[in-house]
Amino acid sequence: MSSVKVKLKEKDIARIREICKEHHNNEGELINVLQKTQLHFGYLPAEVQEVVAEELQVSLAKVYGVVTFYSFFTMIPKGEHPISICTGTACYVRGAEKVVDEFKKKLNINLGETTPDGKFSLTGLRCVGACGLAPVVLVGEKTYGRVSPDGVEDILKEYQ
Amino acid sequence: METIKLTIDNKTVEVEKGTTVYQAAKKLGIDIPVLCYMDLGDLNIEHKPGGCRVCVVEVKGRKNLAPSCNTEATDGMEVRTNSMRVLNARKTVLELILSDHPADCLVCAKSGECELQDLSQRLGVREIPYQGEQSHYREDTSPSIIREIDKCIMCRRCEKMCNEVQTVGVLSAIHRGFESVVAPAFEMNLDHSVCTYCGQCVNVCPTGALTEVDNTPRLINDLANPRKTVIVQTAPAVRAALGEEFGMEAGTLVTGKMVASLRELGFDYVFDTDFAADLTIMEEGAELLDRLTKHLNGDQEVRMPILTSCCPAWVKFFEHHFPDMTDIPSTARSPQQMFGAVAKTYFAKKMNIKREDLVVVSVMPCVAKKYESTRDEFAVDGNPDVDYSVTTRELGKLIKQANMDFKSLPDEDFDKPLGESTGAGVIFGTTGGVIEAATRTAYELYTGKDLERISFEQLRGMEGLRKASVDFDGQEINIGIAHGLGNARKLLEEIREGKSMYHAIEIMACPGGCIGGGGQPYIHGNVDILKARQKAIYQEDDNKKIRKSHENPYIKELYEEFLGKPMGEKAHHLLHTHYFKRGRKVYID
Amino acid sequence: MQLLICGGTGCRASESNVLKDNLEKELKKRNLQDDVQVVETGCFGFCEKGPIVKVLPDNTFYTEVTPEDAERIVGEHLVKGRQVTDLLYTDPEKKEKIADSKHMDFYKKQIRIALRNCGFIDPENIDDYIARDGYQALGKVITEMTPEEAINEIKESGLRGRGGGGFPAGLKWELTRKSQADQKYVVCNADEGDPGAFMDRSILEGDAHSVLEAMAICGYCTDASKGLIYIRAEYPLAINRLKKSIEQAREYGLLGDNIFGTGFNFDVELRYGAGAFVCGEETALIHSMEGERGEPTVKPPYPSVSGYKGKPTTVNNVETYANVPVIINKGAKWFASIGTDNSKGTKVFALAGKVNNVGLIEVPMGTTLREVIFDIGGGVKDGKKFKSVQTGGPSGGCLTEKHLDTPIDYDNLIASGSMMGSGGMIVMDEDDCMVSVAKYYLDFTVEESCGKCSPCRIGNKRLYEILDKITKGEGTHEDLDKLRNLSNVIMDASLCGLGQTSPNPVMSTMDNFWDEYIAHVEKQECPAGQCKDLLRYEVVPENCVGCTACARNCPVNCISGERKQVHEIDQSVCIKCGACYEKCKFNAIRIV
Repeated sequence: MSSVKVKLKEKDIARIREICKEHHNNEGELINVLQKTQLHFGYLPAEVQEVVAEELQVSLAKVYGVVTFYSFFTMIPKGEHPISICTGTACYVRGAEKVVDEFKKKLNINLGETTPDGKFSLTGLRCVGACGLAPVVLVGEKTYGRVSPDGVEDILKEYQ
Repeated sequence: METIKLTIDNKTVEVEKGTTVYQAAKKLGIDIPVLCYMDLGDLNIEHKPGGCRVCVVEVKGRKNLAPSCNTEATDGMEVRTNSMRVLNARKTVLELILSDHPADCLVCAKSGECELQDLSQRLGVREIPYQGEQSHYREDTSPSIIREIDKCIMCRRCEKMCNEVQTVGVLSAIHRGFESVVAPAFEMNLDHSVCTYCGQCVNVCPTGALTEVDNTPRLINDLANPRKTVIVQTAPAVRAALGEEFGMEAGTLVTGKMVASLRELGFDYVFDTDFAADLTIMEEGAELLDRLTKHLNGDQEVRMPILTSCCPAWVKFFEHHFPDMTDIPSTARSPQQMFGAVAKTYFAKKMNIKREDLVVVSVMPCVAKKYESTRDEFAVDGNPDVDYSVTTRELGKLIKQANMDFKSLPDEDFDKPLGESTGAGVIFGTTGGVIEAATRTAYELYTGKDLERISFEQLRGMEGLRKASVDFDGQEINIGIAHGLGNARKLLEEIREGKSMYHAIEIMACPGGCIGGGGQPYIHGNVDILKARQKAIYQEDDNKKIRKSHENPYIKELYEEFLGKPMGEKAHHLLHTHYFKRGRKVYID
Repeated sequence: MQLLICGGTGCRASESNVLKDNLEKELKKRNLQDDVQVVETGCFGFCEKGPIVKVLPDNTFYTEVTPEDAERIVGEHLVKGRQVTDLLYTDPEKKEKIADSKHMDFYKKQIRIALRNCGFIDPENIDDYIARDGYQALGKVITEMTPEEAINEIKESGLRGRGGGGFPAGLKWELTRKSQADQKYVVCNADEGDPGAFMDRSILEGDAHSVLEAMAICGYCTDASKGLIYIRAEYPLAINRLKKSIEQAREYGLLGDNIFGTGFNFDVELRYGAGAFVCGEETALIHSMEGERGEPTVKPPYPSVSGYKGKPTTVNNVETYANVPVIINKGAKWFASIGTDNSKGTKVFALAGKVNNVGLIEVPMGTTLREVIFDIGGGVKDGKKFKSVQTGGPSGGCLTEKHLDTPIDYDNLIASGSMMGSGGMIVMDEDDCMVSVAKYYLDFTVEESCGKCSPCRIGNKRLYEILDKITKGEGTHEDLDKLRNLSNVIMDASLCGLGQTSPNPVMSTMDNFWDEYIAHVEKQECPAGQCKDLLRYEVVPENCVGCTACARNCPVNCISGERKQVHEIDQSVCIKCGACYEKCKFNAIRIV
């Protein structure tokens, strides 16, 4: 998994410890802890995982094994405007693949990547439950329905 | 005891309730092939994730095939292990595994010992029909272990050993699906991790994904170099296992043939690590006695219990996981390092060889010893006390390369002076042996009396955690023994919590002790082999005329001529060491 | 009067929350805020026509309402008593406006049990739930029935697990009850991961209390005092509503200690799924809740014997639980009277794809696919020809014309080569290439396989690669044989339900659309015109006017031709992006 190196500040470490404590430093709550930690940092760099491992008294390898198992966790920061494209079946049969291709082309990145300027990141998402609007694209919290490849440029323009 | 009856391939068998289909079939002489499964019976290590799906069988009434290793036999069950459906599935599964495995058997370190290769032959795979993308990962070389995880088949045995048995926690399955593989956190190099190099992962890896660093090319080079004097020391557990490399029965002692083969290979002197083991007892025993006496006299400052320190994996383990307790283990160096230090000073001087022209090689049942010899504190001006170490397996290969018919070699003796040892030095090779050797000496030094019975049966066995007490002439001495780092952890936690009731503890990282070391001939799951090796070790002890370290005449001579007194200044400088509080913090790439 | 506004994810995505604000503003403007209550409900189901606003008590059903329509709804309907006709649903056949949803084809054939409250109550208000018999079943069970009696009721109802496998729920409960342990657990599987399904999400967003009530009932029946809901972290709205509902239930003494003064204790906690489809498998789910990688383990032991933390655990999915209170209230006999011999009650489906009425529907077991797709779903979109319907998601199969009159139930779907799954139902038309569809699902499985067992880890990857080869026109007959053998072995030898069903999309498309595979292999043709590598874009000389639009839009400059001259495409350079086809206004580019 590609990752980004960071130097954690004391207050960041304190926050991770606090999160672990909220979950009673219980190793069974590793996933809940990681969820909350990711919410705080936006991603889970190695240094963060190391603190979690120490606090919950589990091996670092296990933490990394869990982080890389679940698609929700990421070790690279998401873009300022995270773009998620629904690749559920309903969206697929209504042409989501072409929309994905268009975003890739326009941003020059692959799924799971962030643009070098940190502005956009691109991910695939399984069914957002808005199949009536297929294909669906989320930018941050905002949902775009019935997106066609032609509409991609307009969506991006809103954020430039 | 409740029993049940089932039929397997139309044969009826009665087994205890709770038996797996695999075990029941075995009882009938039906040998279902397995791959990820591992059952190290007496060591209480059982691994049956049901992941490889090679051992699947057909069970009447069940929709899909069942993994025999992990399916409990039930009364009236009808099982087929060799129907067309089973054979096709088994072969297809194997073909799939092979389709994601490098086909470099010809040059693979594990060739000939590879369980995947054997299986492929056994199932008659002649082509790999399902070609496709293969996984590629970076190769990782550490001082002891090479990870070539393109060859990983996700049996997860190493993960089991590293986490559950050894509690080291370096390895985990990472990623998922086709990308999944077993690796350290962040796929970092092993030498950045908290790996102890115990090599138990290497021991159980069915393929060439995990192997030891091969030092034989370097050794061949040195042996061919006329300017160098090359000497060798052999650890006690090697002689109890080396014969297996040549098809000899497990437990055959091959000390004399081993010496002959080493001499034939061109070593200038063939010495014995057992000599250094006796030396270790002199130092460690003295330290034990010192601390014990102080403790019994009510000294509150002295740290108890004392822990052995001959095992490099164990040393690295407590440096990482118990950095707060580095003052508890004995400061005595391991026999390998004591030998090196003595060889490059006392022996070199005696023989008038310059330090840099003397190459000290060790033959070890261990892969961590490779790492130990590279530790900075065991070198003088960059020249290591022990230049490098080869495993029992590597020596076996080397002997074969040198065209020797090992079985018909004559029995030869070690060279003097560093080749003479006592029975106490020999038993270092098995769990319980170091503490028994120490006890023999400590008893006599403490009580001033001769031992009536030299063997301490209460210290022997295969239990992972053992305790025994020894009567030191009215003073009861409590002894703990742990083999396997998971068991060691338990004892250390007791000490940390102040609950330990021991005076002395012996710890060996590998299950069974050095006889089960990471550098020994592969046992492929047969724990009886370990027991046979253990028996051989005790047999060698029984055969020895001198069985107490302090009675070794050459040891006495060494102290008289060179070292002075145990724990004296020179001994301290050459034979003792210090530990590092490494902690669990790792270097992140 | 009440204004019910759909607050489901689909409608919210179309700004139903803004609409709600606007309606409230409009009411306030006219000082009607005390007379008219605005309620944000769960999903109405008719997502295609969302956002939906329903006016009570006259049952007027407004569709495709935008935030700007708020003024008219309040001004016209509420103040002047005139329906806003252009916001009413138009029957596609008769072209008539329909005001009451019960007269719409979409709703006519539905029976709502699991979805009984979705679209009727404010999911954030426990009183709404209680007003519709909520927590009555829990009261009845723990004050009037023994656990055995309650389990019997569930067993006799014939309720089977709605998550995929269809294991009888009552039997599951009984097994847990019989396992002896100091602690037991009730788990709700809300890790909906099927890439075309949103049933569980809708129930939790629209009626979370029904699940909590059922879990408490299950707790009582199995001697469990602790419930855990494993929910996808990507469902923020559902998580929010669950949290609120749990709080409310605790306040009302319906969760917590000494429920109904009977000494029965039961409480519920949330655990978050972090994006792994395999965690829908119960043992994987349990390991995930324990903080591990979500890898399944060999069964037996079943969770009812050894589950969460090694304790007996009942795992059911959201929809299964949602049925339970109704069964207790109305009786097993009533429930068993609905459905077919082996499949009782109703099933919720997320109907989507190339169908006119995309939405969430609930129909009695035994309803035919034809009724669902053509009567409820309003047929295939854009007048295209029906080709296939996929049920069961990545574990299911693609059914065809010949299966349309098959009554839907667990056993029939399996016999047809598909399965119920959790309830995704995707309609496909003539433009969908079935080889590509199989490839789409395998791509999903490859990504979601946990990697523990070799047939699933490597086998599915190989299936995908072979399918990919075929869609590129490089497949051979030998590849087709390999697909079959591999599919059989993966199904037969994989460790868990994911691998045991993952080849279904391949097998079913091979069974039902063999000709399409053959066309790809023998003629290097994609009959649906979907496989990019098998397409050729050609200029139709008689239609080309030489406008140069195609040449200007071609990203690789492979179209040449002078202005007002017939253009030509250099096939050796063409990347088949389709830009020329889309830009040409004269039908002068054709796909062959």
